[in-house]
Amino acid sequence: MAKILAYIESKENKFKNSAFETVSEAKRLSGVLGCDFASLVISNQSADEIKVLGEYGAEEIFRLNLDEMNSVKGGNIKYSYSAISKAVSEFAKQNGYTIILFSGTGFGKALSPAVSILTDSALIPDITGISVNDGVISVTKPVYAGKAFAEIKVNSENVVLSLRPNVFKAEKTDSNNAKVTDITSASLNISADDFSTVVTEVVLSQGKIDVAEADKIVSGGRGMKGPENFHLIEELASVIGAATGASRAVVDAGWRPHSEQVGQTGKTVSPGLYIACGISGAIQHLAGMSSSKCIVAINKDKDAPIFQVADYGIIGDLFEVLPVLKEEFKKVL
Amino acid sequence: MKIAVCVSLVPDSTTKVKIGSSGKSIDENGVTFILNPYDEFAVEEAVQLKEKSGAETYAISFGTDKSKEAIKKAYQMGIEKGILIKASGDDYDSYTVAKNLADALNELKPDLIFFGKQSIDFDGMAIPGMVATLLNLPYVNVVTKLDINGSEISAEREIEGGKEIITSTLPAIIGAQKGLNNPRYPNLKSIMASKSKPIEEKSSTYSGNKTEVISMNLPPAKGKGKILENGADSAAELVKLLRDEAKII
Repeated sequence: MAKILAYIESKENKFKNSAFETVSEAKRLSGVLGCDFASLVISNQSADEIKVLGEYGAEEIFRLNLDEMNSVKGGNIKYSYSAISKAVSEFAKQNGYTIILFSGTGFGKALSPAVSILTDSALIPDITGISVNDGVISVTKPVYAGKAFAEIKVNSENVVLSLRPNVFKAEKTDSNNAKVTDITSASLNISADDFSTVVTEVVLSQGKIDVAEADKIVSGGRGMKGPENFHLIEELASVIGAATGASRAVVDAGWRPHSEQVGQTGKTVSPGLYIACGISGAIQHLAGMSSSKCIVAINKDKDAPIFQVADYGIIGDLFEVLPVLKEEFKKVL
Repeated sequence: MKIAVCVSLVPDSTTKVKIGSSGKSIDENGVTFILNPYDEFAVEEAVQLKEKSGAETYAISFGTDKSKEAIKKAYQMGIEKGILIKASGDDYDSYTVAKNLADALNELKPDLIFFGKQSIDFDGMAIPGMVATLLNLPYVNVVTKLDINGSEISAEREIEGGKEIITSTLPAIIGAQKGLNNPRYPNLKSIMASKSKPIEEKSSTYSGNKTEVISMNLPPAKGKGKILENGADSAAELVKLLRDEAKII
């Protein structure tokens, strides 16, 4: 009998939207399969803080206190991927969970390969859809950076899946029936040996939204003509609350950091709004952003390939368009 | 010190994908295959370590004969020995790849194993962690900086909006991300030398896939977008469309 475990990611003791997406999808899938589902949280949040998951349909929630877990290693660490992988796997094995869902974030993609091996499961990462036929699960996974989509059938009793962020819907339910139950590291047989990798420090850039998580992105390409002109991108992004992105060409030229690169050798993104400025639309860039829900292109070359995937566009000189566009957005926001 | 780099051959990122006649994979006709771009950072890191403090270096690939091209590129960049684990067909999933690599690595027993953080075909970011767990080794993926001090390692791992500093011990598996180093361009001499350099062949040790691709499809075609042609004078109309029609602002 199938049984679903949703590993709910909490970073810095907060849930991101991807966490709610994972709860909602676990609930939906449990309905389709007619099976139970539970959520597992490893963090220092209080039971009340964790109960917000109930708004998305989580009822049975298990919590492992992160400080308690880290104390097994003697404390003084942020967290340990290896120990968390062991904890999730032990919990799943002890309680007979056969389907384990992760958010397809950096964190989820680091944990899920280990958990798949430790629980003798198939692993399909970064999926955009789950369907069930005669009780058999198959999933949709973008491949070749979104140039194609594979339908993949699971031929294994156990499976670990990670869900691409911004794709699955986080749906609120009418009532909150969440119940939080504490579990301990001891019950999961966690020992100091399980801390083979230890995160000692987390450095976050203040006040910046990462392209991989953003709901809106304003990206610049070679048409920006130089790093000194990216203030136009940053100003527009700040008006609409967007992250700033970049094409491979401008990252390779050293104009922008690699963390902003969108495309096949950068980040694959699917925001609600993607504004491409001075980006011609090389196939490797299109691969990374074509699943965005609304694409806007601004380019002076009317034949630029970016216009073929754009929902809206302006043909024109971006040095003239961007300042006016920023003011127009300001009027309505 | 013994260092292994696991490499794979992938379609070039400029490839325009077409679906093959089986309907389950891409049409490889006319596709240029290259060493996975992230593997170049893995190879470069291994070669730099060899140049700095001396090491035996190996490139290992699982796949058909074609995958020898990935090993040859690693030779050109300075790797000394290569092993091809010959797949029994071309239908294998990430578990099968991981199991075969783990079996070969278990025999070789390197002190340090590099991968590219992901291969740009299935983009799973799955294999390094699966291999590490099969071998009961620690792993850190998406690494942009690596320091080794005796058997202690410290790695910077890129995460959303920042980085983590992770400590671990050798033997370990490291997944390389852009930024770790600047991969070298092979010179003509090393390209010529790589052609005759032998590659050890091993047979596959495992073939039981846990997943199966049942079909592969192109993304749905998009309708024609609304493209405004009046430059800055179109800005107000664009905002209106985004607000009233797309309802995104």
